[in-house]
Amino acid sequence: MYVLIVGAGKVGWNLARELIERGHEVTLVESNRGRYATVEEELGHCVQAGDGSELWVLERAGIERADMVIAATGDDEDNILISQVGREKYGVERIIARCNNPRNFQHFELLGVKPVVSATDLILRLIEHEVPKYGPLHLLDLHQERLEIIELDVDEGSSAAGSRVEDVGLPDGALVISILRGGAGFVPTGESVIEGGDEVLLVLDPGLEDSVTGFFTSAAGTRAA
Amino acid sequence: MFIVIVGCGRVGSAVAKSMLSGGHDVSVIDEDPEAIALLEKGQDRSWEELGGSFTVGTALELDALLEAGIERADAFVVSTDGDNTNLVVAQIAQRRFEVPKVVVRVLDPARAKWYREQGLSTICPTQTAIELLEEAVLDGVGDRQEVA
Repeated sequence: MYVLIVGAGKVGWNLARELIERGHEVTLVESNRGRYATVEEELGHCVQAGDGSELWVLERAGIERADMVIAATGDDEDNILISQVGREKYGVERIIARCNNPRNFQHFELLGVKPVVSATDLILRLIEHEVPKYGPLHLLDLHQERLEIIELDVDEGSSAAGSRVEDVGLPDGALVISILRGGAGFVPTGESVIEGGDEVLLVLDPGLEDSVTGFFTSAAGTRAA
Repeated sequence: MFIVIVGCGRVGSAVAKSMLSGGHDVSVIDEDPEAIALLEKGQDRSWEELGGSFTVGTALELDALLEAGIERADAFVVSTDGDNTNLVVAQIAQRRFEVPKVVVRVLDPARAKWYREQGLSTICPTQTAIELLEEAVLDGVGDRQEVA
């Protein structure tokens, strides 16, 4: 596979090294001369100096025959632009864009750039996973499919605790897809009984999260805010 | 007409002043709070007293765009010093806020040309300079006669 990576920062450089080790053909484009010189010492001819948002630089780097383009600069506007011309002008089939500021994610989406990888976002999710006592945990937003998957702790004394799945009274568009108990998980049927202390995974239509959370928290409000 | 202008450098500020004196409502965005000085240069009153408005922020911040009034803008001019920023912001104005008229400055002729083909109204000062220079050089000049 021929992979073109724009931006030889920590992300781009390490990616290039990994991909080369796995036997792929890689070109890395870097605009900063000093950075280019540093990276060139290790990667040699695999790195080219130039502004990767200039079309001739992309063409010189062989974008027209690239199987994949990774826009990994530290600048979101540059990454959006590189992704856009990569796909729409040069017909590259696989594009991956780095999003530096999660607030810019919506701009990537608006302009049809996907998939988008945001380190900040990934780390935030890890933190949520490691520190889960703050309400429902967003496991996955399926933007295109318009679905969300969330994880909830079942409080003792909540309306769901001790109740069969089909009797909980969840709204349409909310489905319990897994119950985690004592370190193991299973896929429930309507008759499965939810117990206090369980963790449940639910798939939801967007916007149902708040109304669904109430079924699993106790009225006593023992949870951390 | 209500015009929002992003980027208050030499170009953006000049367009803003000219539009305001032409009787239009003008709202300017720049990340540098000091940039308002360019709008007030040579004026005896402040930009706001003259009827203009000014928002500090970068154009990828939706809050700044909203504060500047993009939702009711009839026209949108993008002229920051970054081509890629300009191209992204212009597309946000066009697609997300559906501003009827979006004009964007792009210094690189190649990007300006391709995005124009995609339906953006791009202005490329570099291309204009190239054409004017060629024209000026060739205007009325033939091969020089050898001096005997």
